[in-house]
Amino acid sequence: MSVITALIEGVLLGGYYAMIACGLSFMFGVMKIINLAHGSLAIVAAFGLWIIADRFEYDPFLALIVVLPAMGCIGWLLQRGILERSARSGELIPILSTFGLAIVLENVLFECFGADIRSLAPYVGSLAYDSFDLGGGSYIGKLAVLTFVVAILLLGGLQLFLTYTPLGRQIRATAEDPDTVELVGVNSRFVNAVAASIALITVGLAGLFLALRTNFDPYSGSLQLIFGFEAGVIGGTGSLWGTLAGGIILGLAQTLGAHIHPQGFLLAGHGVFLLVLVGRIYISGPALHGFLKSKFGGGA
Amino acid sequence: VTADSRISIQRWTNLSIGVAIVVAVLFVLLAAGPAFLSENILDRLTVLFIYVCLAVMWNALAGYGGMISAGQQAFFGLGGYLAIRLSEWGVEPYLALVLAALLAGVFSLPISAIVLRLRGGEFAIGMWVIAEVARLLVNLDPIIQGDTGRSLIALASFDAAERRDITYWMTLASMSVMLAVIFVMLRSRLGSSIQAIRDNEEAAASVGVRVSVTKRIIFVTAAIGCALAGGLWLATFTTFQPRSFFGIQWSAYMIFMVLVGGIGRFEGPILGAIIFFLIELWFGTAGVWYLIVLGLTALLFSLFLPGGIWGYVEDRFHVLLLPVGYRVRMTAPSARGGDTSQSIAAN
Repeated sequence: MSVITALIEGVLLGGYYAMIACGLSFMFGVMKIINLAHGSLAIVAAFGLWIIADRFEYDPFLALIVVLPAMGCIGWLLQRGILERSARSGELIPILSTFGLAIVLENVLFECFGADIRSLAPYVGSLAYDSFDLGGGSYIGKLAVLTFVVAILLLGGLQLFLTYTPLGRQIRATAEDPDTVELVGVNSRFVNAVAASIALITVGLAGLFLALRTNFDPYSGSLQLIFGFEAGVIGGTGSLWGTLAGGIILGLAQTLGAHIHPQGFLLAGHGVFLLVLVGRIYISGPALHGFLKSKFGGGA
Repeated sequence: VTADSRISIQRWTNLSIGVAIVVAVLFVLLAAGPAFLSENILDRLTVLFIYVCLAVMWNALAGYGGMISAGQQAFFGLGGYLAIRLSEWGVEPYLALVLAALLAGVFSLPISAIVLRLRGGEFAIGMWVIAEVARLLVNLDPIIQGDTGRSLIALASFDAAERRDITYWMTLASMSVMLAVIFVMLRSRLGSSIQAIRDNEEAAASVGVRVSVTKRIIFVTAAIGCALAGGLWLATFTTFQPRSFFGIQWSAYMIFMVLVGGIGRFEGPILGAIIFFLIELWFGTAGVWYLIVLGLTALLFSLFLPGGIWGYVEDRFHVLLLPVGYRVRMTAPSARGGDTSQSIAAN
């Protein structure tokens, strides 16, 4: 694999990371909660899609019609049943609740599906291994390009929704100050539940592309949480597109790292994340709190 | 304590004096344990003491410092790994455990510079990343042989009974020292600073609490404690495997113990460790279901009883077994015998 191919693959991989990161950042932006079950929920969606593809022989893309609304409902229940209640006991308790939830989800999946690794790749014809010929012996996978395009559409759609629709404006206002919006007639409980549903729908989409791109098992979720978090923090400032930039930087570091050393994929990714943290300390001084928040809280 | 005042501040109560005596007697009995306890029970107690160490350290971090970590296994694993590394360099194995813990404390300083800037959930996942990085780096060391792992071979120079007794005593001593350190810390000015930070970092800073220094002290203490626990775990089970020592399950156990026992209470993590130990003893063989129940219990406690069992008992009955807090006694005329005592800002 040439370095050029590695670079292009890294950028495209960033599309997937942006997809898994955007729901995490979105939830943090609106509810100030980091959902530690985020990755495991993506795996739940992946298993949902896998069951529909394997048992009922539907195309995984078609199966989204069932799985995405189901993820939306899970988001609603998550917000109403767990996050809302635990947030009342202080800002630290939701971290513990969602961690407990992640442990439960992982192990329930293990109980149901066992330790076998699975993939959605066999259910989408030749998409998983088709590629575009770039000339000079370089090929780029069609699936990677599709993932990237969908990520851009998702981020763009989310941005348009938040900017131009009444509900989007309510979400931004609630993120800014949930108590004050109540005064102008916004039901912040409802708005938060909607936001959680939207976040979980993005998680469902990320689950699809994860399962198409690679193998997964019941315990694959924690690494997806970490990648999404890293992309969100690396991208940091300003807008939703920062998440995409963060994802691309993470993807680039990982593919180049893998190019250098067999263990390099993970180490280089974590390394860039830590470097960004160190850099932020010495450049900006103040605590990182609110980097994710500013993305949606302000003028998303 | 002023005689003429209608409000008096009390730290030691009759109950806590009694409990202190019981604790002292219990400690002497446990120290003499190898003389009269069976090998099986000694092994079990060693594991229990290690759980208490982990729970107490995680509680110090989260319950007092407000730092919820999903990555304390970074230090647990480092404690195990560094002990092997030092022992391979010829350090006597039990000394290696202590040195490894101190060395992990040294490593925790640069780590603290990075992660203490993070707050809440960001800190939790940031520590998780640190644990992953530590695991990957340790895997690069050829003596660990990847996921195969390596044993603390030098322990073979002791005979089995001698090794069991030394490990037991060392674990008992480590647990006692950790409890004593936290006890003294909580009664000191540092303890008030730590709890002020937990309750509101900005407000604490505004009244002169040195936030970053205080958080760093507790972070490094917890790092050393967890690393020592990792070293003792290695001494008990002899084999170091990166995947199990750096595994996220340790965070799950610590969260379970502290949350169920009572987060932010001195007695909470001890109670939680005992409960966890018993559950593992009875249901540990149930495999995945056991983990599901642990996760579910943690989730339910966070939703319905976030103060844990001890938090409930303490709030309900106003008992403070150990004098880590203050009791304000209102000697108001209406109260029977001036006994309307209420503990405030206790834990």
